[in-house]
Amino acid sequence: MSKFEFPPSIKSRPVYGTLEARPGKGHLMIADADGAEAIMDIATPDLMAQTHIIYIPRGTDFADKLRSLNPAQFYEGPTYAASVSRIRRVLQDAHMGLQVYLAGTEGLMGQAQNEAMMAGIPHTAIQTEHRGSTARRMQCVHCKGITEDVETDPFVCSHCGLNLFVRDHYSRRLAAYQGVCIDAEDPGNVPAPKGIYE
Amino acid sequence: MTIQFNDETFRDDYSFHNSDWAIKRFPFPFHEDSYMYAVNMEQHRGGPEGSVYEKRFDVDEHYISEMRDRAMVLADDPLRCQSLPHMTLAGWDLLELIMVSKSEDYPDLFELHRDGDTWRWINKPLGIDDTFTFLDETTLPYGPMEYITRQTQGDFCVLDQRDGNLWMDAGTVTTQADWSLDFDIGMNFFEWHAPVPLAHEKGIFERALKFLLNIQQGAPARRLNWTMTVNPLLDTSPENYHKWGVQKTTLTPENIGAKQHLRVELQTFFRLPRSNGLVFPIRCYLCSFQDLMTMPKWGRRLHRVVRDLPVELATYKGFIDNRPMMLDYLSQFDDGLPTSPGIFPDFDTEPALQK
Ligand code: HEM
Repeated sequence: MSKFEFPPSIKSRPVYGTLEARPGKGHLMIADADGAEAIMDIATPDLMAQTHIIYIPRGTDFADKLRSLNPAQFYEGPTYAASVSRIRRVLQDAHMGLQVYLAGTEGLMGQAQNEAMMAGIPHTAIQTEHRGSTARRMQCVHCKGITEDVETDPFVCSHCGLNLFVRDHYSRRLAAYQGVCIDAEDPGNVPAPKGIYE
Repeated sequence: MTIQFNDETFRDDYSFHNSDWAIKRFPFPFHEDSYMYAVNMEQHRGGPEGSVYEKRFDVDEHYISEMRDRAMVLADDPLRCQSLPHMTLAGWDLLELIMVSKSEDYPDLFELHRDGDTWRWINKPLGIDDTFTFLDETTLPYGPMEYITRQTQGDFCVLDQRDGNLWMDAGTVTTQADWSLDFDIGMNFFEWHAPVPLAHEKGIFERALKFLLNIQQGAPARRLNWTMTVNPLLDTSPENYHKWGVQKTTLTPENIGAKQHLRVELQTFFRLPRSNGLVFPIRCYLCSFQDLMTMPKWGRRLHRVVRDLPVELATYKGFIDNRPMMLDYLSQFDDGLPTSPGIFPDFDTEPALQK
């Protein structure tokens, strides 16, 4: 699948790279959906012998392909929320020099990156590669609720129901972009939703 | 002089008002007839007597009412005051800086008595007399940063300095020009400034950061920033924007002089001794257009600045839709005469309006 080129943006917006195998004794790869392909692109038998893969398929059928790479450990989780306690546990015994690879949607990478940083992994040891959906994880600045997988601008906050526009301002701590009421100055005047990058 | 504290509100009936004294000392932010972002920083070493620059932490007639408004904002939304776990020491640094400065600069209003680690703090305007143990959080009703910023006008960002950058890791922010501490906490200098137009491209933030990283203890700096606010609303937060945004549409040619306010931030920068952090107080001053127009120089100049401001800035500052109405109003106070350099009103030497 071809990779989406994000348009240039403001400085709080994350930029993603391309995964590359780095020297290290331990490797943790966390991916969702199409992120599996980024792992397959760098997988070698030697690397996989030292790799723990945590994967959330989200309706795709890559799980068996990843399993057949024979990673040292493989976990398939139904959702990110279900996997997060395991991610924390694994990061807790991370040894110096653990390499962390994140691939897939922005929401997955942002949240897993947070866990890795909180576990004290230097950000220089964390690689990211965006694959698949360009949907965003959004925080409503008004009610603070998070809406996952937002594809349109504006969108309706799944918590408080306000119509929000999608900003590029991004918080790493929240792993979310900011959503702000679009019709505050003209209540009821909400433009028809468009794709975020349309 | 002794300050007569106003009993006033910054919401609902908006009884906020400036005395003649407050108008005269208003920090008008334009030193010339045009405005563009710049690295506009200077040493914060006092200023003309009675000006907002004179003391380290200016106290004025709005003090008590502003603190009441802050308490209401914090009661509604405790997330407006946050401190990441490693920032507690910087909070004590800030408490010390403010208590020492205020007790020295306003001995009739504030007293600090130190006996080893046992400190007694007397805040007469707010009726506070507390004894506590310095560096022992359990002896204060709030964390040190929250305790002291509930008693000090202006917002406070407390920055951690590491990796050649500044990190917004603590703050009390209830009088902000439409940005969210809860969203920005943990960001670095470039990240929290990301939404600002044009300034990144001009290299302003790179130069500004270099300057800030080198600020030394005892040598604070300052700058002015400004925006526009309809009604004297202190809490123009993104959190509540869905409630206050609509007020921007209530301007009419008849009420604009009273309702439209120039909002100026006196921003200062102090190095903190124990934590090596930096504190960034952002003190907000509001003045209605009609009060500003009592100074002929400010009338002439504000018209020219608002008229010539780049669209990007007027949009970012949120008044692009109201700019035409502002200009209709302000143009009545611009007779085309030249203006004297500098921000002060020069009331006695500038000519009266010639139309
Ligand atoms: C470390 C201290 C500082 C902090 C905590 C700080 C914080 C902020 C924040 C939160 C914003 C709002 C951004 C948004 O739209 O979300 C802002 C705006 C801005 N800051 Fe800073 N700032 C600091 C220092 C500086 C310095 C030294 C400069 C010097 C040039 C500067 C220039 C600006 C400008 C030009 C804007 C846009 C303001 C406007 O047009 O209304 N800042 N700042």
